[in-house]
Amino acid sequence: MIKLRDVCRHVRSKQAGPFWITFDIFFDGRENFERYVNCAALSPAQFAKLYGVDPERVKRFPVADLDMIKISYPRATPQGGMVERDMHAGQQYVRLLDVIID
Amino acid sequence: MGQLFEGCVKVIVPCGSLGAGVREEEIAYGLAAGAQAIATDAGSTDSGAAYLALGKSKNNRGAVKRDLTILMKAQAQSGVPIIVGTSGQAGGDLNLDWTRDIVIEIAGELGVAPKVALIYCEQDKATVKKLNAQGRIKPLAPHGELEDATVDACEHIVAALGVEPFLAALEAGADIILAGRSTDTAVLACYPIWKGAPWGPSWHAGKTGECGVQCAVNPTLGSGILLSVDAKGFEVEPLSQDNQCTPHSVSAHMLYENSDPFRLVEPGGILDVSEARYIDLNGRAVRVEGSRWEEMPYTMKLEGAAAGLYQTIMLVGIQDPDVLKDIDGFHDRLLQALYARTRQSIPTEELGEFHISLRMYGWNGVTGIKPPTGTLPPPEIGMLFVATAASQEVANTIAQACNPYFFHYPSVMGKELPSYGFAFTPADIPRGQVFEFKLNHVVQLDDPLELVRIRWLDVPELFAAKELG
Repeated sequence: MIKLRDVCRHVRSKQAGPFWITFDIFFDGRENFERYVNCAALSPAQFAKLYGVDPERVKRFPVADLDMIKISYPRATPQGGMVERDMHAGQQYVRLLDVIID
Repeated sequence: MGQLFEGCVKVIVPCGSLGAGVREEEIAYGLAAGAQAIATDAGSTDSGAAYLALGKSKNNRGAVKRDLTILMKAQAQSGVPIIVGTSGQAGGDLNLDWTRDIVIEIAGELGVAPKVALIYCEQDKATVKKLNAQGRIKPLAPHGELEDATVDACEHIVAALGVEPFLAALEAGADIILAGRSTDTAVLACYPIWKGAPWGPSWHAGKTGECGVQCAVNPTLGSGILLSVDAKGFEVEPLSQDNQCTPHSVSAHMLYENSDPFRLVEPGGILDVSEARYIDLNGRAVRVEGSRWEEMPYTMKLEGAAAGLYQTIMLVGIQDPDVLKDIDGFHDRLLQALYARTRQSIPTEELGEFHISLRMYGWNGVTGIKPPTGTLPPPEIGMLFVATAASQEVANTIAQACNPYFFHYPSVMGKELPSYGFAFTPADIPRGQVFEFKLNHVVQLDDPLELVRIRWLDVPELFAAKELG
């Protein structure tokens, strides 16, 4: 049972302007990038499940030169709004680390 | 393409954001290396809408003054211009005037009289509505068409500047440019572009340098970087001698706080880095070639900040074993009790619409999502109470009504009432308003200066006026 955290050297999340959140998922090398970049754990459906976002709005950008994929989606609630708990979205990635990918 | 640009243009980016801590020795190094300008932004939208809505800086006045003093000394000695974008964190007129006053104060202390350009880009609501009625305002995903009510909800609205207003100020001989809300990239790209460098490398250099030393291997070593733009590309090196930029650190920064890693929309075009190549120069500096600029119809992005409901908060620490045994159950029961208590204690017409949330820090404070069954309890939690209402008074009243329950509510009924650990007295803290960005739209323009006002500050005259007054 392999988790995302087992095949990445770095995973981060951050706001990209007030209305978008972006994830940068850096794999630990070419081999795992190629094997897992299109896995179900990194699909729009998975982001919809974890973050309550419309899967059609999830944007995926594999960057082969860096063995990473960028995944971006619109915020479900406004930045700094009444129920804000993560203003810069810098903690959102943690939920993804333990997703089983294989 | 016209005449090939010769030589290179060097720009110091002294820090990630003005007030973050400029280092005198780094500026000296950059100037000795031939820098012709110093450019930095002084804010962004990252920390939320409060700074635009209130016209307040996030960075402390003393810290901004300290950084500006170092830069203005260097400017006076070397003659290179200082370019500051997104002044005072949000770049509204109030934020810009706050920064202007600091510059005036420093000029007096240093006995210097620089030529200062102020580039304002705040928009009044009537102008925005008129542009919208003309069909010149378009939404960006995930937003829809702009409505007048949304414009009315905003406290302040700004249009993010591209390079053109900076070029106008440089052309007119500015020693210091203080600009309102600008794209992070434009602040750094404008000087090389003014000197005739190609737009692709200039904009890409701007994106690379937008957070100062963040594009280097160790973002905690030093503060700034040096950009050199030439006919075919650009180079970047950290200003601190013991730090390095590598192809990886530089290319990875293009990803940072950006929803698309290859294409960045800017006023008047798109920076496309999909073909960019990153080359290690000497283990310390990186050369980048292949960045492209695609010209597009001119647009400026609008940002608007609204002030909404009011909040009052309370915080307790809890080590009570009965609570820690069943944190989620305790949370649900207490929250229900607080809603009931509020409705019983405050007349409906006074209360209006309200909201209460409890955030169990140490357990699931960041997400609010219940951890899987069987998750071991922490040794303690911090429980934050947040009441939201239409006025500060009502939010305070709710917190005060809830105080005894929040303080004493037992997890197991029938035992002596527990007392949770308040850290402060009084326990309820009026937190102020909730601020949100409302606009996510661009405005289409034929003239890049249509929504921009450039004013010049005559520092000696201002001093004279002050002394007379």
